[in-house]
Amino acid sequence: MMARLPGLGPRSARRAVLFLIKKRSILLGPLADAMRQVADTARECLNCGNIGTTDICEICRSEKRGNGELCVVEDVADLWAMERSGVFKGRYHVLGGTLSALDAVGPDELRIPKLVDRVKSEEIQEVILALNATVDGQTTAHYIAEQLEGGVRVTSLAQGVPIGGELDYLDDGTISAALRARKSV
Amino acid sequence: MCACFVKSLSLSHFRSHRLTRLKLDSRPVVFHGANGAGKTNILEAVSLLSPGRGLRRAGVEEFGRRPESLGWKIKADIDVSGRAHELETTAEPGQARTVRVDGKSRPQIALGRIVRIVWLVPAMDRIWLEGAEGRRRFLDRMTMSFMPEHAEAVLAYDKAMRERNRLLKDMVRDAHWYQVLERQMGDSGAAIMSNRNATLERLAKAQTGAETAFPAADLSIEHPNGVLLTSAGHLTDLLESGRQADLRAGRTLIGPHRVDMRGVFTQKGVPAEQCSTGEQKALLISLVLANARSLAEDTGAAPLILLDEVAAHLDSIRRRALYDEICGLGAQAWMTGTGAELFTDLGDRAQVFKVVEGQAGSEVRQ
Ligand SMILES: Nc1ncnc2c1ncn2[C@@H]1O[C@H](COP(=O)(O)OP(=O)(O)OP(=O)(O)O)[C@@H](O)[C@H]1O
Ligand SMILES: [Mg+2]
Ligand SMILES: [Zn+2]
Repeated sequence: MMARLPGLGPRSARRAVLFLIKKRSILLGPLADAMRQVADTARECLNCGNIGTTDICEICRSEKRGNGELCVVEDVADLWAMERSGVFKGRYHVLGGTLSALDAVGPDELRIPKLVDRVKSEEIQEVILALNATVDGQTTAHYIAEQLEGGVRVTSLAQGVPIGGELDYLDDGTISAALRARKSV
Repeated sequence: MCACFVKSLSLSHFRSHRLTRLKLDSRPVVFHGANGAGKTNILEAVSLLSPGRGLRRAGVEEFGRRPESLGWKIKADIDVSGRAHELETTAEPGQARTVRVDGKSRPQIALGRIVRIVWLVPAMDRIWLEGAEGRRRFLDRMTMSFMPEHAEAVLAYDKAMRERNRLLKDMVRDAHWYQVLERQMGDSGAAIMSNRNATLERLAKAQTGAETAFPAADLSIEHPNGVLLTSAGHLTDLLESGRQADLRAGRTLIGPHRVDMRGVFTQKGVPAEQCSTGEQKALLISLVLANARSLAEDTGAAPLILLDEVAAHLDSIRRRALYDEICGLGAQAWMTGTGAELFTDLGDRAQVFKVVEGQAGSEVRQ
């Protein structure tokens, strides 16, 4: 089961499991409890796709975050990376992937219609596309820009982000620099 | 002259080799031995020090030594104009091939920026007679040796086209979705075409006035629909206006993936496909040598040249000329043949190894 986790091969999964069993009382027990709790309470925010413990996440509920800026990211890990850097003060929209006809992921699967609705209903002035600099990420960014054309200012993170470099792997300084140097698309 | 050469190579559990280690200097490398001994497998291993599927275009699952199928590893210490690099490529069973450069995990494409490798294998003998795909691949390999970034353009174009083809097959009508893919295909496709054209120019330049025993080949690029594809905007427009026809066909009918490369035996003015078997082979050798000469001029170091079973097909005069040209370039060429006598003309200008099929897999002896 562990070997199915991203980033773990069969060998490292075996090592991790053996390690956990050795440290049964100080690691495995507490980890199992924490996992149980996550399994019971974690859910996707119905508005933005963030993961929290309520139907509408904290960021979407906070009045302060409703500043007219909306940052579009591929997945929750990217949202957390942006939050860690602490430079972005608006709300998010998590796509949950990128456009890919080959994987049967279309605009509906990525909740792009929902994004278009939110831009109107939440009075968004600027949509910041913080998608990875991969081919798929850029296809998706261009697609969203087309969908939103005319209604709102659309910008994307500066291309300091290396090709194929994923947001989640970037350090905070790079993210804030990329955010400051964003440009219209 | 500077050189690019493999200083040491080790294959573990790679095809017929359980564990093969070679220590080398910059001279050409020769492997002789019986059929099935494991000679081509060594050249294939070297070809995997460049991005892609290697000189047999094999799937990664074929490389692991049977029957164990434990996964495989290739390690090489190379010297590029005096700078040392350690390259390693490996795959666990059922997993993709991974690459490490100087101990750091890197994408496959990174290999192309470190070492340039060109090759000629018997499967390419019929390249002028068979479908356009083989010629396109040959052209793209030469292009990547000049411009490693060509690999990125090819990957981006392929990806976008496969996506678009899926939309066409599924009869999706979302015009915006097509547009973004077509724009990507336009950008990467135009880059592909201009890289290919630049390659033909370089090859032509390397062939004019060159002292070589091999016949020059005139190369040109053709599209079945007769269109030029060198501007991104134009290609994007063609894709958009061709969308209805593509929908009916269920695939993309225009683009760099449809072009063909024609060759002409310059001196005689005869199309390559009408040349004799020996002439066709000579044209290929000539192009590989021109490619190597041009790279040597550009980068200061000749590429690694893999010549599988090339010596056996040449008469003794041509063979001697080939050896002289390789040595003149200072290239570490890797050559195979069944008999040692094929390589006597090289004398001590080459490092010669005998490959035999042993109890525990292929064995290589000095
Ligand atoms: N995955 C594999 N595991 C074990 N053996 C393999 C594997 N793949 C290929 N072989 C074997 O490797 C042997 C050597 O192949 P190779 O093509 O290197 O021979 P060669 O020396 O070039 O022969 P020839 O002179 O006929 O071209 C063959 O007998 C082939 O069956
Ligand atoms: Mg062989
Ligand atoms: Zn939310």
